[in-house]
Amino acid sequence: MSTTTLDRVRILVLGDSGVGKSSLVHLMAYGQPLQQISYTIGAAIEVKLHEYKEGTPTQRTFWIEFCDVGGTHAHRNVRHVFYANTHGIILVHDLSNKKSQGNLTNWLREFMDRESGNAKLRESTWEDQSGSSDHLDTIDVNIPLLVVGTKQDVASETHALPLHQKRSFIAEEYLTEEIQLNCQDERSVMAGSSASNKLCRFFDKVIDKQFYRRDVKAASERRRL
Amino acid sequence: MSLGLDSCVVLLTQCVFFLLGWMFFVRHLFRDYELRHYGVQIVFGLNFTLSCTMFELIIFEIVDYLDKASRYFHWYLSLYLMLFMVIILIPFYLVYFFLSNSRHFPAHWVRPLSFGVWLAYIGLFWKLGDPFPIHNPKHGMLSVETCVSRVGVIGVTIMALLSGFGAVNYPYTSMAIFMRSVTHSHIQHIERKLQQTMDMITTKKKRILMAEREAERQKRQAQHEQGGGWWDRMKKLSTYTPPGSLENIPLLRQDVSALEELSRHLFVELQDLQTMRERNEWSRTWQGQYFNFLGYFFSMYCIWKIFISTVNIVFDRVGRVDPITKGMEIAVHWFGLNIDVVFWSQHISFGLVGAIVVTSIRGLLLTMTRFFTWISSPKSSNFIVLLLSQIMGMYFISMVILMRMNMPVQYRTIITEVLGDLQFNFYHRWFDVMFLVSALCTIGILSLLHKREFEPN
Repeated sequence: MSTTTLDRVRILVLGDSGVGKSSLVHLMAYGQPLQQISYTIGAAIEVKLHEYKEGTPTQRTFWIEFCDVGGTHAHRNVRHVFYANTHGIILVHDLSNKKSQGNLTNWLREFMDRESGNAKLRESTWEDQSGSSDHLDTIDVNIPLLVVGTKQDVASETHALPLHQKRSFIAEEYLTEEIQLNCQDERSVMAGSSASNKLCRFFDKVIDKQFYRRDVKAASERRRL
Repeated sequence: MSLGLDSCVVLLTQCVFFLLGWMFFVRHLFRDYELRHYGVQIVFGLNFTLSCTMFELIIFEIVDYLDKASRYFHWYLSLYLMLFMVIILIPFYLVYFFLSNSRHFPAHWVRPLSFGVWLAYIGLFWKLGDPFPIHNPKHGMLSVETCVSRVGVIGVTIMALLSGFGAVNYPYTSMAIFMRSVTHSHIQHIERKLQQTMDMITTKKKRILMAEREAERQKRQAQHEQGGGWWDRMKKLSTYTPPGSLENIPLLRQDVSALEELSRHLFVELQDLQTMRERNEWSRTWQGQYFNFLGYFFSMYCIWKIFISTVNIVFDRVGRVDPITKGMEIAVHWFGLNIDVVFWSQHISFGLVGAIVVTSIRGLLLTMTRFFTWISSPKSSNFIVLLLSQIMGMYFISMVILMRMNMPVQYRTIITEVLGDLQFNFYHRWFDVMFLVSALCTIGILSLLHKREFEPN
């Protein structure tokens, strides 16, 4: 089994600075929480071997490459370098900070605008924060999305309502799955947990889209995800 | 009763200021964070309101708007409240937040410990006055003058540092002769290098993972085979394990960390280039050209200010006459203009003081926002906002002290009376010294950075 015989898919991990993207990616790739936490400059790459359609006759192994892009404001004019050739996006927000969830729409818009090299366009997606969730048309997204809420342990200390009852706005909008977990706890992604199942389903969906559904691409474009 | 009526007017304006401060906080400063400690926001709003009230009272003094007694009353009230916040309330809050954020201390220790640290801070604050010639034996320990004098020293230092830095930085960033031209192909070249580096990191990480899996598999196989019979041993002899599957994992890991470091360097370089290119494009617009033109004037002003500060320090000169009266004198004696000095001096003072106040507040708020977004994190955002409120309070108090110099003599009385018998000349001298130090340091640092950018070319 050499590295060149397996196919690969690339998944982008986006979100505000400090929400826990690097911890999440480390947990997904190695099954263990990240010990040394520091701000990501540029992007960090982790890889994982994933069994597509595990337990069925069509089982195959794929490489999944996670590209964890640093979320600081200062670096926003160069981030688009990492957005090329992406097959899936994981949007990460902090459950203890509602604003990070609202910013996810901006992240999505920045990704969709990556083709235009106009710096002004990129600036304007971030400046108008105030009514951004009201008067925005649902962006046409044809890439599989997943929404992950982190720091569940911190948030559940301060909120009265149990968190699993609340679905985030962006997950409703794009009809995606949503996971809420604590990145410092390795039991969150243990085999058989609900988070781990949703992750497997998401990876399978991404691989599906990339390798098995080329002929029905027209059909999926008609449907607004 | 006129005091009551005047108080209503002042209270109304204070509500307006509080609302402005609140909106600034929510819209600009705390844009990316969810607010959970309302105390922090209230403290910020109160600080802002009190500062604006003080300036408003100065302006009222100049245009002689409200009753004199009520003006004095509100001055004293604002000053006492401000001092209470800056010396007692905010430092305690700061220490409390700092200790409760750091995980070293158990929860029930935080309050008494923060009280202890706060007492130490008060002791330090007192000791601060010793090296400076501001101690007047006439005043007692707890009087307003001692507090204001110490707060003034800190505030004037901050003001001078910020102005020195701003005066040098503004021409540097807006003038075209300092900008380097960056071509599109250069940026694309660096982008391609970055992407290649990322691909190499990916390949190496895959090799590490495969090698680890292989090592695991072989280890498990070895454990299995230890308990096998002669048939299993025969099987082992005949199975062919392809060589070369054992990779040097530690060497690969070293390669990966070196490559990751390289990718970070490339990313930062790319970001610098892109920022420079955006600045180049901006300088070609109308706004950019206008700022470039202003930049020349500003650099003249900056050089003149450095020169004047040096002269003031070397010759121990203290200006006694404010610029307005001096301008009037020049207009009357040299140009022979027949103007009503009293009338015009009042209006020009009003204009000048108003302009200074508005630009300073706006400048400080902008600087604070930029500093905050640059340095804050979800954990420390409350702490930094409190720090900014503290700095804002000290800054505005010292601005009042320094502004006394810019007003004609008849309007200085209210400040002199309320703030007490301070050594005002010392503060101006101290401002000059710190301004000089800050401007020269900024020039030194900027020239070093500029040279470093030109070297790789």
